[in-house]
Amino acid sequence: MGTYVLRRILQMIPVIIGTTFLIYWMVFSLGDPTIGRCGERPCPQAYVDKIHAEYNLDQPLIIQYVRYLGKVLHGDFGTSFNGTTVADQLMNRWPVTFKVAIIAIIFEALIGIAAGILAGLRRRSFWDSLVFVSTLVIISIPSFVLGSVAQMVFGVKLQWFAVTATQGTWNQLLLPGLVLGSLSMAYIARLTRNSLADNLSSDFVRTARAKGLSNGRIVGIHTFRNSLIPVVTFIGADFGALMGGAIVTERIFNIPGIGGYVFQSIQTKDATAVVGTITMLVLVFLVMNLIVDLLYGALDPRIGHE
Amino acid sequence: MRKQFRVAAATSAAVLALAMTACGSGSGGSGESTGITVRGCTPKNSLIPGNTTETCGGNMLEAITSQLIRYNTETSAPEMDIAESIETSDNVHFTVKLKQGYKFHDGTEVKAENFVKAWNYTAAYANGQGGASFMSVFKGADVIGAEGATATEMDGLKVVDDYTFTIETATPVSNLPIRLGYTAFSPLPDSFFADPEAYGKMPVGSGPFKFVSGDNQQYVLEKFADYSGPEAAKVDSITFRVYTDSQAAYNDVVANQLDFTDEIPSSFLVDNQFQSQLGDRSMQRETLRYAGLVFSPNDPQLASNLKLRQAISKSIDRQLVTEQILNGAAKPAHGWAPKTVNGATDTACGEFCDYDPEAAKALYDESGGYSGTLTITVNGDASHRDWAEAVCNSIRGAIGLDCVVVATPNFDEYQKQIKDRTVMGLMRQGWQGDYPSIENFLAPLYQTGGESNWARYSNPEFEALLTQAAAASTEEEANKLYGEAEAKLAADLPTTPLWYPMTSVGWSNRLENVAVNAFGGLDYSAVKVK
Amino acid sequence: MSEMNPVTGDAATTKEGTSTAAEPGPDGANAVPTRERARSLGRDAWEELRKRPSFWFSTALIMIMIIMALFPQLFTALAPQSDPRAADLSRARQAPSGDAWFGFDGQGYDIYARTIYGARASILVGVLTTVGTLLLGSIIGLVAGFRGGWLDALLSRVGEIFWAIPLLLGGVLFMTSFPSGLDTPYSVVVGKVVFVLTILGWPRIARIMRSAVLQVKPLDYVQAARALGASPLRIVLKHVLPNAFTSVIVVATIDLGAYIATEATLSFLGIGLQPPVVSWGIAISNASGLGLLQSAPHMLLFPSVFLSVTVLAFIMLGDAVRDAFDPKGR
Repeated sequence: MGTYVLRRILQMIPVIIGTTFLIYWMVFSLGDPTIGRCGERPCPQAYVDKIHAEYNLDQPLIIQYVRYLGKVLHGDFGTSFNGTTVADQLMNRWPVTFKVAIIAIIFEALIGIAAGILAGLRRRSFWDSLVFVSTLVIISIPSFVLGSVAQMVFGVKLQWFAVTATQGTWNQLLLPGLVLGSLSMAYIARLTRNSLADNLSSDFVRTARAKGLSNGRIVGIHTFRNSLIPVVTFIGADFGALMGGAIVTERIFNIPGIGGYVFQSIQTKDATAVVGTITMLVLVFLVMNLIVDLLYGALDPRIGHE
Repeated sequence: MRKQFRVAAATSAAVLALAMTACGSGSGGSGESTGITVRGCTPKNSLIPGNTTETCGGNMLEAITSQLIRYNTETSAPEMDIAESIETSDNVHFTVKLKQGYKFHDGTEVKAENFVKAWNYTAAYANGQGGASFMSVFKGADVIGAEGATATEMDGLKVVDDYTFTIETATPVSNLPIRLGYTAFSPLPDSFFADPEAYGKMPVGSGPFKFVSGDNQQYVLEKFADYSGPEAAKVDSITFRVYTDSQAAYNDVVANQLDFTDEIPSSFLVDNQFQSQLGDRSMQRETLRYAGLVFSPNDPQLASNLKLRQAISKSIDRQLVTEQILNGAAKPAHGWAPKTVNGATDTACGEFCDYDPEAAKALYDESGGYSGTLTITVNGDASHRDWAEAVCNSIRGAIGLDCVVVATPNFDEYQKQIKDRTVMGLMRQGWQGDYPSIENFLAPLYQTGGESNWARYSNPEFEALLTQAAAASTEEEANKLYGEAEAKLAADLPTTPLWYPMTSVGWSNRLENVAVNAFGGLDYSAVKVK
Repeated sequence: MSEMNPVTGDAATTKEGTSTAAEPGPDGANAVPTRERARSLGRDAWEELRKRPSFWFSTALIMIMIIMALFPQLFTALAPQSDPRAADLSRARQAPSGDAWFGFDGQGYDIYARTIYGARASILVGVLTTVGTLLLGSIIGLVAGFRGGWLDALLSRVGEIFWAIPLLLGGVLFMTSFPSGLDTPYSVVVGKVVFVLTILGWPRIARIMRSAVLQVKPLDYVQAARALGASPLRIVLKHVLPNAFTSVIVVATIDLGAYIATEATLSFLGIGLQPPVVSWGIAISNASGLGLLQSAPHMLLFPSVFLSVTVLAFIMLGDAVRDAFDPKGR
């Protein structure tokens, strides 16, 4: 197990190098970042030349990239055109994104799994249908509609929640977190339901039943843990995705998170900002997936890590 | 499940209410401090006046800096600010006298040298400032602004004494004073030249508000106690809070969580919903903005066929589109400059800006028509798609020419395609006046080699009229000549005007005395807290 | 559990047979089912499906949607407006009436005609992207989970990188590198959107597939089949896929709806489908301003209902097929 974890951590090094290069190349391919920085008019040549010189934009891609890596190794993640440093932005924004992600994950996992168990245990019952219809409704309402209606009703009209989350505090982020988790909740509810139903009808449960074990024990010990594997996989992947920020939800609630930063940086072709953020994001994925893989072993002892 | 959820929501609402009351008593309840929050956006460059030509940074610099002249909020007429007087006898040589005792935020006095050095800095090639092109009006700007130039001083600017300097322009300019109110012409303190980079993070101006702090989320400005100019602040501080989306800002204003938003989202303009939500806390006004369509000079069918361009122009129902798509937040145009600018009459376009499907169809048939599908190209990152589609439908309905909208992913890509000369058909052009003069709506857009002359319009008569107007001795004479130049546009129709977008703003129940200037910005010095 | 097991008689017997076959029973030869048995599995599934009303209901809905996508004019022939591009701006946002069954949208287009004609692009994008991510993700997930070792590491890490690329960056880059012009064929325009969504969407399916494989791999009967020298392909098809199907189909059917909506996001950025192509996604995104929701809710309602019904049909079909094919579930 120790060596397994060590090996996974070592794998991160080539992945990080690969990602930084890939993203650097992608932003580089978007074109000249000085276009569109001077309002409705084109920028003066002097301005363009200066920015090009400052950010090595006239150099070939590989040289730009190597210089960037060199800076990163010295702990300098780069500075955006408007003078803010990428490191500062990430330090300010990750905690906010992390908070929303946590709220969304707790919400979607609790409600989703509960609804899934309810529906899976009593298939084709009233509860099953209710869960089915609710998930369908959630799936078919786009997140921007759900978000802005929630904001209008619970924020502006009823004033139960903050209208926007400009400061990014836990209280302000509650409503956005619920909105953000709603679609994944539908996935989790259905995953749990079907996975549970699957396992309930499998041979080992029948054997357990035949042996006269109680229903609760069967569901609790034999089936539930097993059924959680796809759910845990999904939640792991979803947490990674949420850490990348949610462009739409962040816009609606004006959350100072990662999603808006990536969006803005891509729009302004700010290579250092995009590369810095995405690389951190890949790191989060790597760690999340490692945790999920380790969880498999805990949920189902038969799965080992060779 | 449902019950549980409701309990959770109620608890959190209670917690939130507590948190909010706690906040409220801390920040502004006692009447001691009168800080206001307004919607802002993230500047694209560091906050150096000469390097900022886009609105996000510009809005803040508006409050931080002051210039020789200022514009009347209501009428946009120029009034003296730092300048005591600006005098000329020939529209080429100007003498500027400054008021004494006008202070920068760092305590130093604003002197003639601060203007001359600032403008030289902005114009010099080595400094790569985004506002360099504004300096081209001065004699010698072309020399120090040329690629690779090492000279750093323009011939046209001379310091006479601490409070006097002279300007010599490159060509006669009748409206020079009116131009000098733009933020790019702000004076810079001595500290700037010692460390421009530090200045960019912590700008020091001579305006009613001084910069305190800023990250990418909010920027705090405080009232400048030693301000001696005509625009003294009536609130203690202004916080620019960054909102990516206008709907979020609007909702915060409705809930009185934000004091001012400079944009009401278009969906709330439908059926005038904003008026029932905000009541008298909203305002719409005409600004220095123009929207039009350029007949692409790359498209041979359009470029060589005046009748076709006239037919297309006449087939656009500007009135209906502004009513139904823009929900009344724009005025149909009858010329190339809005009436809000000095000298504009908004009549030059004449019949070619009037919707007349029959006449358009007749002209179209006469012109020989357009083969293929007409396109209207817009940048897809702003809300241009809807009106472009409506304009397309109007053209299609009137003359039967098939028309579709092409959207580029963003404004950068749009500018790139224009630069690469690949756009065909029609393309959108928006213009926000830098200063309230008709000259600013004609010269940069239609003069040969003009940086925003997307139509690549080139007419010697038009240019002769502009030159004469610039040298005219009186304002009336100049405006008459500008009017004649505008008439040339109507005759050649290189572009077709659409409308003049208006600004819609909303504010919280805390504010009073809200006024919006012709640039669409809040009058920061007039606004008060109740 | 009897309510979960409505099928009795013949099918049930065969099911017992399959189920024993999957176990390493005393009769070792049973572990590798013969061809006849394989065929009977398919036939059983069909027998099973036929008896489910939800199967017929969902199939009927999908057929209607497909006909709508292929021959929209059939559905608009009797409608007051049959041209989705005919606009009457002066009637913009008017509520449903005899002149327009679903009302008018912001441009004065007839929402009924737009919704019918929007089916083609939306269903194409939704279904093709779902199938694309399903195929790509399943294959990669299967290989990663089944082979393990360095191949798993490589495929999983590549997946993580792709998962991290924002749609905005990948989409804008791809679409500006390969722009669609006015004369680009419809299939190419749709194909590009599908390609971008697939390339950035497969890693999640792959993760879930891989987890399902990991879960099945150590089971006794799979190990036994491997020990008996069954080909990996056979093991995958017989033992792994049916197990993994459950989770993957859940995610894929919900994804279908999500992709139809995502297409609108791309279009909005100018990198998806472009006018004159109409789609539900574009209609929904145009109708979704908060102010519009209050003054013209019909603009959102109708395309959303069509989208939900499509998703509903595919989820029901997915459930029915899963139940029918799953040897344990019956």
